[in-house]
Amino acid sequence: MKPPPFEYHAPTSVDETCSLLGSLEEAKVLAGGQSLVPLLNFRLARPAHLIDINRIDGLDRIYERDGGVAVQALARQAAVEDSELIARICPLLKDAMRLVAHRVIRNRGTVCGSLAHADPASELPAILLALGGNVTVVSRRTQRVIAADQLFTGVFETSLAADELLAEAWFPAFSGPSAILEESRRHGDFALAGVVRAGDALALFGVASRPVLADRRDPTHGLQPSGDLEATPDFRMHLVRVLTEKAFAA
Amino acid sequence: MKVNGVSHPAPTDPRRLLSDHLRHDLGLTGTHVGCEHGVCGCCTVLLDGAPVRSCLMLAVQAERHEVTTIEGLARDQAPLHPVQQAFHECHGLQCGFCTPGFVMSVVGLLAQHPSPSAQEIEEGIAGNLCRCTGYASIRRSVLRAAALSSPLVGKRRDGAE
Repeated sequence: MKPPPFEYHAPTSVDETCSLLGSLEEAKVLAGGQSLVPLLNFRLARPAHLIDINRIDGLDRIYERDGGVAVQALARQAAVEDSELIARICPLLKDAMRLVAHRVIRNRGTVCGSLAHADPASELPAILLALGGNVTVVSRRTQRVIAADQLFTGVFETSLAADELLAEAWFPAFSGPSAILEESRRHGDFALAGVVRAGDALALFGVASRPVLADRRDPTHGLQPSGDLEATPDFRMHLVRVLTEKAFAA
Repeated sequence: MKVNGVSHPAPTDPRRLLSDHLRHDLGLTGTHVGCEHGVCGCCTVLLDGAPVRSCLMLAVQAERHEVTTIEGLARDQAPLHPVQQAFHECHGLQCGFCTPGFVMSVVGLLAQHPSPSAQEIEEGIAGNLCRCTGYASIRRSVLRAAALSSPLVGKRRDGAE
């Protein structure tokens, strides 16, 4: 169980990364690698080229911008968890971190990587969606901003083009009532179902092909979660109702 | 890359995982390999002082960084590291397969929380699986390690010798 063959690239700038992404076929960006490397080890992912962005200096900043906080592509989840700025202006994002796998994984994993990976059971895409944040993507052609509700298109799928790098995520400051609640078999496992509340906004994760916004008065409306060994569709619907009630009771 | 204070060239094959590089190329077999997808925690090592999964890193990524393995915690004749000593005293291991990973994770946990609460301990070791000892004695080991690591150990709290 080892990674399949790939050509390894270690650019030292965003420009160089964009050039590589723009010229190589079947290339994949490697940031924290906490989702990508398992996929390589299982040979579920077989990219021809791996573009390791870890040698780019100065791409790990967490800073205040436009009434919110920007998190760059190499900012580790542990750094976000420990950030005083985030604790002050976006505490919901900090709260979410302790549910993202384990600290040892968060020491390496990145926020932008989780967003680009777009696992439907992942906490961070739902946080971005509930808060109405966005991401900045860059390529040789252009730089553009994608709003959270336009970013996630399906299971492990986003609206990024093949030559684009997710360079930065932006979360608006939020100090209203907020909560992230999930149910999993063990702490740090992927959630069977989870909810994010930010004021009146409600986002669900683990119950559709991507994170979805829902109405708190009828959170399971239109929902058709899948069933597996760990939870039936009905049980996931039940969890959504209970977790939503708890999130809004606080 | 530096491993336990000694410089080594990075492997030539970028597919080489850090875990395999440590074991097969450098002979540091104290780092164990269990699941190879980041779930069991057996392969945990310190990268620049913070615990990471060595099976989820390519060895070439450790270039210009410092790696510490279980062999680097207490050298040769040196006394055991406080976390090793605590696992020894509290029977925090049985077969020992998961132990290097637990020890490295707990080193990181205590760096973050020198006096961890019960919940911080539970979450701190939740990323490591043990299939024989059970977690009760491992939890006790973490508490003991925190006590052994405290600067107050060996001194009375009132400061008298």
